[in-house]
Amino acid sequence: MTCLPAKVDKTLGLVIDLDTCVGCQACVTACKGWNDQGYGVPLSDQDPYGADPSGTFLNRVHSYQVEVADAAPQIVNFPRSCLHCADAPCVTVCPTGASYKRAEDGIVLVNEDACIGCGLCAWACPYGAREMDAAAGVMKKCTLCVDRIYNDQLPEQDREPACVRTCPTGARHFGDLSNPQSAVSRLVEARGGYALMPEIGTGPVNRYLPPRKKGAGLSGPLTALVDLPATGLAGWLDRLLGKL
Amino acid sequence: MTQPKLNLSPPVSDEVRQTTCYMCAGRCGINVHLKDGRVSYIEGNRDHPVNKGVLCAKGASGIMQVTAPSRLRAPLRRVGPRGSGAFEEISWDEALELAVSWMKPLRETAPEKLAFFTGRDQSQSLTGWWAQAFGTPNYAAHGGFCSVNMAAGGIYTIGGAFWEFGQPDWERTELFVMFGVAEDHDSNPLKIGIGKLKARGARVISVNPVRTGYSAVADDWYAITPGTDGLLILSLVHCLLEAGKIDLDYLAQWTNAPMLVNAAEGPEKGLFVRNAESQPFVIDRRTGQPAPWDGAGVEPDLGADWQGNRSVFRHLAETYLGPAYAPEAVADRCGIAAPRIRALAAELAEAAFDRAFAVPRPWTDFRGNRHETMQGRPVSFHAMRGISAHSNGFQTARALHLLQILLGSVEAPGGYRLKPPYPKPVEAHPTPHFVTVPGKPLSGPHLGYVRGPDDLALLPDGSPARIDKAFSWENPFSAHGLMHMVIPNAHAGDPYRIDTLFLYMANMAWNSSMNTAQVMEMLTAKEGDDYVIPRIIYSDAYASEMVAYADLILPDTTYLERHDCISMLDRPISEPDAAGDAIRWPVVAPDRPGSFGVRGFQSVLLDLGARLGLPGMVNEDGTPKYRDYADYMVTHQRRPGVGPLIGFRGDGTAEGRGAPNPDQLQRYIENGAFYQAHVPEEAAFFKPWNAAYQDWAVRLGIYETPQPYLFSLWSEPMRRFQLAAEGHGPRQPPDHLRARLKQAMHPLPIWYPPYGDADAAFGYKVHALTQRPMDMYHSWGSQNAWLRQIRGRNLLYLPTKIWLGQGFEAGDWARVSSRSGLITVPVAHMAALNENTVWTWNAIGKRKGAWALAPDAPEATVGFLLNHLISELLPRQEGGPRLSNSDPVTGQAAWFDQRVRLERVPAAERPAQSAPSFPELPDVPRAGGGRVQNFSKNLDRNFREFRGPRDPEGAP
Repeated sequence: MTCLPAKVDKTLGLVIDLDTCVGCQACVTACKGWNDQGYGVPLSDQDPYGADPSGTFLNRVHSYQVEVADAAPQIVNFPRSCLHCADAPCVTVCPTGASYKRAEDGIVLVNEDACIGCGLCAWACPYGAREMDAAAGVMKKCTLCVDRIYNDQLPEQDREPACVRTCPTGARHFGDLSNPQSAVSRLVEARGGYALMPEIGTGPVNRYLPPRKKGAGLSGPLTALVDLPATGLAGWLDRLLGKL
Repeated sequence: MTQPKLNLSPPVSDEVRQTTCYMCAGRCGINVHLKDGRVSYIEGNRDHPVNKGVLCAKGASGIMQVTAPSRLRAPLRRVGPRGSGAFEEISWDEALELAVSWMKPLRETAPEKLAFFTGRDQSQSLTGWWAQAFGTPNYAAHGGFCSVNMAAGGIYTIGGAFWEFGQPDWERTELFVMFGVAEDHDSNPLKIGIGKLKARGARVISVNPVRTGYSAVADDWYAITPGTDGLLILSLVHCLLEAGKIDLDYLAQWTNAPMLVNAAEGPEKGLFVRNAESQPFVIDRRTGQPAPWDGAGVEPDLGADWQGNRSVFRHLAETYLGPAYAPEAVADRCGIAAPRIRALAAELAEAAFDRAFAVPRPWTDFRGNRHETMQGRPVSFHAMRGISAHSNGFQTARALHLLQILLGSVEAPGGYRLKPPYPKPVEAHPTPHFVTVPGKPLSGPHLGYVRGPDDLALLPDGSPARIDKAFSWENPFSAHGLMHMVIPNAHAGDPYRIDTLFLYMANMAWNSSMNTAQVMEMLTAKEGDDYVIPRIIYSDAYASEMVAYADLILPDTTYLERHDCISMLDRPISEPDAAGDAIRWPVVAPDRPGSFGVRGFQSVLLDLGARLGLPGMVNEDGTPKYRDYADYMVTHQRRPGVGPLIGFRGDGTAEGRGAPNPDQLQRYIENGAFYQAHVPEEAAFFKPWNAAYQDWAVRLGIYETPQPYLFSLWSEPMRRFQLAAEGHGPRQPPDHLRARLKQAMHPLPIWYPPYGDADAAFGYKVHALTQRPMDMYHSWGSQNAWLRQIRGRNLLYLPTKIWLGQGFEAGDWARVSSRSGLITVPVAHMAALNENTVWTWNAIGKRKGAWALAPDAPEATVGFLLNHLISELLPRQEGGPRLSNSDPVTGQAAWFDQRVRLERVPAAERPAQSAPSFPELPDVPRAGGGRVQNFSKNLDRNFREFRGPRDPEGAP
């Protein structure tokens, strides 16, 4: 069993805007591309050109259909990755101490040198956020791009997770959710951001901004300029051009 | 417990090289990271005008494209029967000499026997110039089967188009309405723009039968019946006119609305009344007398009725105020309730007029009138293939431009803004050139904008001059050609037979053709011992389905191994505030060990041109004029001082015009592989009429003289074709086309049912569509190991009405038939869908053996194409030959006219594979390999079950 830190200095996480995510999968492959060459072992692909291709992805986007009464059916695109929980069961279940939560920023990581690939953490995670790399036999997960966000070899503006940097619609935001004044906290406040399944009690850090209400606009109906059948086109023209 | 110590600042790479992406046609800037000389990571270039740092799913997967096993490795000569895949590898010299031995005799005797068509390439100013020098009339790129309706409908109306040739004023627009927009043009800029609107809570509305992607995030969704967008738009026009919610000042000043339409019976009827100088004129409200349309201070009278000749505005009002366009009259047909149509019209009016604003930026118009402010209209539109891939798409595109013109928003702050070299009126474009003289070049470019019947590409006997019948009576404004008709026409010998079909980057033996199964038969059809299409040369970088059907393969490089030029001469990367162009350069060397290797197609084309001695490609002594494409990009001059690239000309500081600069490419590389020439602030809006813009465009070399013009609500070129159809003029259409020309060439935007609707009477009542996923670019994506994990199979999505009505259940298959074909495919339910429409993802289905995929790959077993249902010809009509399944104005392939019917396959009979299925293509010689990965640990097989959950379809 592995212990969680008594307290964390910061709570870094993602805020994902479901009103804006078009489901383009850009974050999925940007994540794959960065982490394939970044923290830990590469993200392998099995049978990449065959009948059942299957590889390790730390971030996946699913699309759900929503049917609501008295409204048109909707599609919600839902990006899913590790939520960096405060009470991360994937950490406490780890028999070797490989899974841990960083005290300085709350990021949940796997120390791959200590990982024996037992997979208990994946069973423990209620969000299905961990993936065993089938080639390396170690557990992989979102690192919040820990090798980008503090990386002084990158320009300062690039020190954010690869998924955030690449998101074409700007639907992904990164920051310190423990600081109520941070841009992400203010966004959560303004847009009613919510945690995913908080009732499970793992204290997920990431927040989702709900889709805004959809439907008809507020404009009132247009008023006809004249009673066209009565006035004919000439009356309409007189009235219209009189406005010039 | 102590935390492990991490290196939080690992070096990312040895080197970053900036070039232009080509995972789709969007042309984003990318940073390619290299480690040990190999590509290690690709991200967006933050300084690049197109993508501003972001990158899509395809772009970030480019590393898997440059290592794809499907890459070709050497020139190939067919040694077995065509289609058998039996090839031998030959040297480049052998390959090019073989091509010359086929082409040279054609040039000397009958240049039209060479047909050269290119797919999704971005070098049309080179390929067109090459074909022109060869002297064949048979050249075009793929716009005819893509979205020429969108391009031509725009050019003929506003002198610019949607596509990526303009964009909404993202910073100022309050309401953005999309018609038929999926993941087409342009990709990341549209996502960035929608993101900006969402961030500030501006309203987004989508009109689309399918609610995925951009439609999914839209604040409101109109689930329109396919092919009726034009009717909906004209009903919105009806509502706006009825309420007087139109921009009268804008119409009077910047459009041909005040011009007078000739009412006299005869050959001039419906054209503009002209004065002694042959100029159309307006009636000045101040005097009631005729005045020049471009006269300073003139106040054109929109309501003019002069000597019985009424203004365009009067015609327009009479047409659209008619009861046929009332919401109540169109609601059923469009599948949208009348109150919803009225509500949308009210939203448009509210945005355009109640939220209007003025930008305090003085400017002067082409008449010399000074304006202290720029009138803002914060409503904008975008439209793409959903409206253009119908046989009424040209008129629908025109209708949408009419709508935004009536709102006064085109080129206004908050509205739709064009990107240089647009605005550019029809008059500034060439007409088509097509007259062949053996051994000589054509006298001008192939593709152009027809002004009237005199410009048609017809032979003296009246038959089409071009193999695709572009610019004929069948499709007079086919500004991009009809690539989808080349193989069927060549096979049928209609209008004539050809000898050599030369194709680049176009998968015509699969997803780029209608009626795919028969096209494959046409490619292998024989007459006696010879093939009906005697020779086929094909250039591609990958082992696509088309490769097996060529006699000679010229293997291209991948996009990271090549030079390319994204030029102002064809399709640049401009923004509304800047002209821009870009290059690609070999950030890694093309490496195909142990074989003859690959070459960039454009360099090969120049080499071929030199070997053929084509004018412009050889020096006086007969030696090649250009070393390669890179040399051409720098030294070629189309006009004195104007070349493929606008940046760093002359001494390195000249912009637009200037002598060739040998350091130009290096300067582009240092600048991130692009260049921008910024539009002055006072020139940023109202460009067609803004004197400062016109002067800037001349300085940059876009035009030689200022080209101000008025928007064409009434189209004289169209009316000239109606007149011909009515019997006027020396050049007359064949009788079987008269009625259709009279209908389709109406000078005002109109709606008529798409031709495919006729199939409903035969029991095919359901609309069938495809769309491109955001994570795939046509057929290219499946060879990419990452992308195919996101979308390795496609399903046919059925709306609730059909799903429940026909008793479908999860896991079901359906037999889907049209008047010309039958497919058996897996289906799924989707509620957020027009109730009479089914759809699937485009080009996920692959032929077995292609793209270096295993024959049992899901793309090849359960994946499918809708193309088998779509005929390239319309059903036979009495009294005439069969016509192409295309828009009657432009020849745009009418993919989305398709009607089908569905039959549930009983559960016990569910097949294992979709149908039709074709024999496996033999593997062609290719690079093989794939990406090398090093792993620190090996997996115990027992742990395989612990993989995380995944969703291989990634689909709703």
